[in-house]
Amino acid sequence: MTQKTFAGGLHPPDSKQFSAHKPIERCPLPAELIIPAAQHIGAPAEICVAVGDLVKKGQIIANAKGFVSVPVHASTSGEVIAVEPRLHPMGRPLPAVVIKPDGLDQWDESLKGNDPEQLDVATLKDLIRNAGIVGLGGATFPAHVKLSPPQDKTIDTLILNGVECEPFLTADHRLMLEESARLIDGIKILCKVLGISTAIIGIEANKPDAIDFLSKECAPHKIAVQSLKVQYPQGAEKQLIDACTGRQVPSGGLPMDCGVVVQNVGTAAAISDAIRLGRPLVERIATITGPGIKEPKNLLIAIGTPLQHLVNQCGGLNGEPAKIIMGGPMMGQTQLSLEVPAIRGTSGVLIFREQDLPQMKASPCIRCGRCISVCPIHLQPTTIATYARLELVDEAESYHALDCIECGCCTYICPATLPLVQSIRHIKGGIMAKRRKL
Amino acid sequence: MLAAILSIGGIGLVAAAALGVAAKKFAVEVDPREMAVLEVLPGANCGACGLPGCAGYAKGVVEGTIAANLCTPGGAETVEQIAHILGIEAITSEPKVAVVLCQGDNQKATAKYRYLGLEDCNAAQKIADGPKACPGGCLGLGSCERACPFGAIEMTAEGLAVISRAKCTGCEKCVAACPRQVIRMAPLDAMTHVLCNSHDKGAAVRKYCQIGCIGCNICKKTAPEAYVIENFLARVEYQHHLDAAVAVEKCPTKCIRDFSTGYPQGSSFPPPTVPLKRDAAV
Repeated sequence: MTQKTFAGGLHPPDSKQFSAHKPIERCPLPAELIIPAAQHIGAPAEICVAVGDLVKKGQIIANAKGFVSVPVHASTSGEVIAVEPRLHPMGRPLPAVVIKPDGLDQWDESLKGNDPEQLDVATLKDLIRNAGIVGLGGATFPAHVKLSPPQDKTIDTLILNGVECEPFLTADHRLMLEESARLIDGIKILCKVLGISTAIIGIEANKPDAIDFLSKECAPHKIAVQSLKVQYPQGAEKQLIDACTGRQVPSGGLPMDCGVVVQNVGTAAAISDAIRLGRPLVERIATITGPGIKEPKNLLIAIGTPLQHLVNQCGGLNGEPAKIIMGGPMMGQTQLSLEVPAIRGTSGVLIFREQDLPQMKASPCIRCGRCISVCPIHLQPTTIATYARLELVDEAESYHALDCIECGCCTYICPATLPLVQSIRHIKGGIMAKRRKL
Repeated sequence: MLAAILSIGGIGLVAAAALGVAAKKFAVEVDPREMAVLEVLPGANCGACGLPGCAGYAKGVVEGTIAANLCTPGGAETVEQIAHILGIEAITSEPKVAVVLCQGDNQKATAKYRYLGLEDCNAAQKIADGPKACPGGCLGLGSCERACPFGAIEMTAEGLAVISRAKCTGCEKCVAACPRQVIRMAPLDAMTHVLCNSHDKGAAVRKYCQIGCIGCNICKKTAPEAYVIENFLARVEYQHHLDAAVAVEKCPTKCIRDFSTGYPQGSSFPPPTVPLKRDAAV
């Protein structure tokens, strides 16, 4: 099969060998689950339970507030022992519901499955929203919003993101190998909601087993599987659309502007559960890996499980941790402590020791232009970073700083180890602040 | 030879005449008072008045669109001179100075995480609310130092901003540059300040800072007029600042500083004297 790709990008060592061959294992429940109300892009949900309440698995514990918002559900049955701010992966204490599991793990009886063939599109969207489905690739954008394009936009293609271009992560890889029935069912539901028949699963060529397996499984369902070149950030939405369809998302635009909706493979599988079984999003697959972990694994975790518990399930720490990252090493978020809970967007937990981290000492730009050649958006990172250093907001804006997807290729490739993406992110904040003022 | 002299000379004369006419016809009238005001302004173009530079401010003052006492760097002297030029009454404002309400440098305050990002306080503050365990303390990455047009701010070796009371003109640029509001404006003659910006309870402060205010009320008991405690943080009531100095010795964490005894540890500035020059103008 020919491998498609986009222009730009690079190929960091993918380091997936730690966990790529490990089947998904269910992680036992921890002593307490910390479930934050803010687990998606958009308005945080509003907590609707109190201390002492007994909750069932799948019961709503926080209601959605506004259109770009989804409810949050209890990940197991048990007692609410606290409703208070707890340390969130964002780095500060945010409102959360703390549940002490009763060990029975009983589903809420009122949750009932449906046959998607019997339901209309509006009901399907409502069910997806009420199940709290968000993009499971890591960005956690509510799925129902992507599935509700405005009247004037015509969608003709659904792309399933099975690229997993971030080094170390193997959760989507394992899902495609082990949960293909749920995945294909989810794709069919998504196609029905969007009223289209073209669906493409994009997979990076470093997962040949997944490409072969899914090609066979998908053939009777008329779902295409596209092999993509191993190139970071192949899994970034705009790059994936470019690679699969050759279409470009306009500057400042969304995938729907070129007729495409992109969903992660994990999201599609979760949508199948939400409709067929009526089960909301209360668990996900995450890769616990890195040189600081004794036995890297792919775990099926209950949302709200503290990272320390996940680490314990993987044989514990292999030496003193120096950096804890939630998500992938390129775009993931550094964590303050192992007390924080895994949330809906937690695609992986990476632990590095002091000796695994590069010693970065920034020196002046030598104007080699490598950041420009790797930038998948075709920006000039070094120029924007200079404007950021000089706080020249208007100039940075005129160089399209806001189109930066913060993939980190520029910082990765820079021979002077300049914090380029960090500077661009900083000035993006300045541009947004200026726009709010106007 | 003669032809050359005549033709070049002729061109010169015609051009001179044209320039002369143009200078008269297209002359831009400048109010002489505007130039006079510009002369007496400090010329730092700091923007403390709210206008882009001294020329803009001079124009505004002469046109009467902006008050004549907004040049904080110039102080009372400049206001009087402007008033003299414009023939108006001088209304001076109390001279102010910026103070960093923190002494928790890298030795005395604990870090929440190791920050390796941009050398910019605003960028650091966006990552988990800043690398310092204290929610209000100085981050020490020098955003205020770079914002100061007068070179009045220095960063100590242990990462604490210190503002020279002699060099600070009160333009407030540093106040705007600080993401943690740890820099506040205070009257120039007030020498005693509570150098802490954490509203956490005493037990929490003790965990992350050796020199933070724990809200113990001892200063308030010693000099009831001079101190107020709000949300576990003491501050000096500047109308009564002269009474505040007696509590400096009593403070158990030594977070109250009398600047006449010197700047916080690590600063290279010479100890400040009680100001007389700008004080007299009030």
